[in-house]
Amino acid sequence: MPDGTVSNAFRIMDNKARQVPGNTDRSEKRFNLVLALSGAFIVALLAAILVTLFITALPSIKEFGLFFFAGKVWDATTETFGALPFLVGTLFSSFLALFISIPFSLAISIFLGEYFKEGAVSTFLRSAVEVLAGIPSVIYGLWGLFLLMPAVRLVEMKIGVAPHGVGILTSSLILAIMIIPFSASIGREVISLVPGDLKEAAYSLGATRFEVIRNIVIPYARSGIIAGILLALGRAIGETMAVTMLIGNSNFLPTSIFSPANTMASVIANEFAEATGITAASLIYVALVLFFVTMVVNIVGTYVIQKLSIESSKEVS
Amino acid sequence: MENTVLKIDSFSAYFGDNKILKEVDLTVPRNVVAALMGPSGCGKTTLIRCVNRMHELIPGATVSGKMTLIDEDIYAMQPIVLRRKVGMVFQKPNPFPTMSIYENVIAGYKLNGIRVAKSELDSIVERSLRRSALWDEVKDTLHRKGTFLSGGQQQRLCIARALAMNPEILLLDEPTSALDPKSTSQIEELFVELKRNVTMLLVTHNIAQAARVSDLTAFIYLGELVEFGPTEKMFTVPKDKRTEEYLTGKFG
Amino acid sequence: MGGHLRGRLVKDLAFKGIVCLFAFLSLLPLFLILYYITKNGIAVIDWDFLFHLPRPIGETGGGVANAIVGTLMLIVLSSVISIPCGITAGIYLSENKEGKLSNTIRLSVIVLQGTPSIVIGIIAYLWIVAPLKTFSALSGGVALSIMMLPVIVKTTEETLKLIPYHLKEASLALGVPYYKTILKVILPSGLSGILTGILLSVARITGETAPLLFTAFGNQFMNINIFKPIDSLPYRIFYYAMSPYPEWHSFAWGASFILVVLTLALNLIARGISAKWKTRF
Repeated sequence: MPDGTVSNAFRIMDNKARQVPGNTDRSEKRFNLVLALSGAFIVALLAAILVTLFITALPSIKEFGLFFFAGKVWDATTETFGALPFLVGTLFSSFLALFISIPFSLAISIFLGEYFKEGAVSTFLRSAVEVLAGIPSVIYGLWGLFLLMPAVRLVEMKIGVAPHGVGILTSSLILAIMIIPFSASIGREVISLVPGDLKEAAYSLGATRFEVIRNIVIPYARSGIIAGILLALGRAIGETMAVTMLIGNSNFLPTSIFSPANTMASVIANEFAEATGITAASLIYVALVLFFVTMVVNIVGTYVIQKLSIESSKEVS
Repeated sequence: MENTVLKIDSFSAYFGDNKILKEVDLTVPRNVVAALMGPSGCGKTTLIRCVNRMHELIPGATVSGKMTLIDEDIYAMQPIVLRRKVGMVFQKPNPFPTMSIYENVIAGYKLNGIRVAKSELDSIVERSLRRSALWDEVKDTLHRKGTFLSGGQQQRLCIARALAMNPEILLLDEPTSALDPKSTSQIEELFVELKRNVTMLLVTHNIAQAARVSDLTAFIYLGELVEFGPTEKMFTVPKDKRTEEYLTGKFG
Repeated sequence: MGGHLRGRLVKDLAFKGIVCLFAFLSLLPLFLILYYITKNGIAVIDWDFLFHLPRPIGETGGGVANAIVGTLMLIVLSSVISIPCGITAGIYLSENKEGKLSNTIRLSVIVLQGTPSIVIGIIAYLWIVAPLKTFSALSGGVALSIMMLPVIVKTTEETLKLIPYHLKEASLALGVPYYKTILKVILPSGLSGILTGILLSVARITGETAPLLFTAFGNQFMNINIFKPIDSLPYRIFYYAMSPYPEWHSFAWGASFILVVLTLALNLIARGISAKWKTRF
């Protein structure tokens, strides 16, 4: 082909034309098909989940529309359903948990990523954090019920607030403990990946370790740290058992940090088993919202991390 | 034509629209070591990878022309059938890490599900390891994992693995470039013995190696087969100016 | 400049101190939890506890045998469902690094992994409990398998990606067909990584309660019929913890002890496999 182009007709007709040699063992094709199908199955699974949630929530969506999120009243007897209390409960407890946990997870990240990258102390702390991450939610709830709740109750009595013991504060505390490992491990990774030559440049200018961390390391690792925090937030929002056991199961809009409340996850846990009709549909509507919120948070967090690992590997090579 | 093992007729290879090999004509007779030499990127590796049809594993790779192994058209055969008749040794030794030395040698049989009696397998293992000059070093540790050997030993294991299938031709893609000088010379000595049993097509970027071990040499430059002939003649009185320039180090 | 310098050095030391303090403070809850579980849990555990069924309130004794059996059954059920699909999908992703299907699968895996467990419980309820008109071990197994899938897919893909390409080439050059190369050369080389992934995902679902609340549902009695409700350790802990009876509270601690030991053991075995069986290339 003198001009360098190839036409398809040429390919078939002329023996001298370029062949695309085949690897066409039939079992090979079947194998590839099976692989692709199981991958496609996962996509289909996700789609089916979305569709199922949407269809079963439809009665409630049609009835309440978007005002679902502004509605303050959740009452099965009058069949009025507004999800605002749970939205508030979720956001309130998750963000509070996040704020409480950040100093600790950041400390762990810096400790393991900067000061103690290797050695016995490092291994100890890292393993301990992993164990922390592996403890089932219901056990956190159990512990919280018998040890955290009485403590909070004491504090409430001292301050002169209604001594429920359970409520937003208690559940935020337990959530904070539970999400520390997530942001800590991601933070640790990005901090330890800060290029050594950047830090050395700063040291050679006479900076103290603290100054290097504050002015070089943290800014460099900033997006990774934020991604880790986002993923921790996603975890907090979706967390069910410990929250259910410690938040007090109240469907009223929480008025203070000490109020009993419900999150989107906990109201489902508490009420779904016996729910029927429009109640069930409304709970599923809540589940749909919960699903989307966690999905967005997780996708954003994961993509930031992926982008970071691509960039850091580019720099290494 | 029974003396010819491999006949390549007007063979071209492409990556997409990039023509890597241009109408190569080559005939390899039995029981020789034929070296393919040339500067980086000239297409010599592509050429041998076309012989066992590994070239086409890359998306967008196409070929034209003809290659014949003994009396069969390579591109009309089933690739996996072809590959059992053609052995390949790679640049970096790659014994299977989960298998022992013994299992590595007979991997071609095991993986393809070819049933052979145990006594037969034992003799295949011994024969192949003797041919690749590894038997004495490993005969007492046949059941250790292959990855515990040194680089040179691993490469000889890979040669044994390819030989165990009794191939018509053995393709070697710069087999010693990742090895130390001592292992390199051990393997080069091996070739002299080996060619009595099998024909070898050896890609090398080391001109001295080609001179040392091969009976025939082909010089490939920018995808073209520039010259092909008996090694001694080519190195002393090259017919093409480009060959001469390559041999004297003007490029490459 | 002298005073300035001293200030900076003090800040430096103080910062390190604060970081260390906060890092170890965050371990405080861990120790408290482990301490109380061990203290309260061991007190309750005896043969009775491990091998007998729960007794109605008022009667002494009883145990969590049905919960232990239930947990094991659910693990087996969800593994059987999720492992084949997870591994094959992982193989697909490692062999097809680009392409629309691959990227869509990867995205789906990320979303699936982040899905709250309670939502998955609802799905399993709608898909299995509602049509069958009964709570069942099967629905619990399905819910847990949906949770295991993303982890298995990801670890399989990542393990296989680490296997050097020249290994595949060596096998193909011997005339081994592609699918056999994957099954007999590539997969075995990645076995330790894949096993680790499976064990880690099992450890994760062993402690899950939310997906079981309206699927497996819990059962006072021993049950090995997958079409009937089944008990599990996490569920029993939840049930006992939320009850008003102190005896049951201490049982909750006992069950927690067993659960924590089980989860930790699975994690340790997973790490052990990852370290000891790692294939050298």
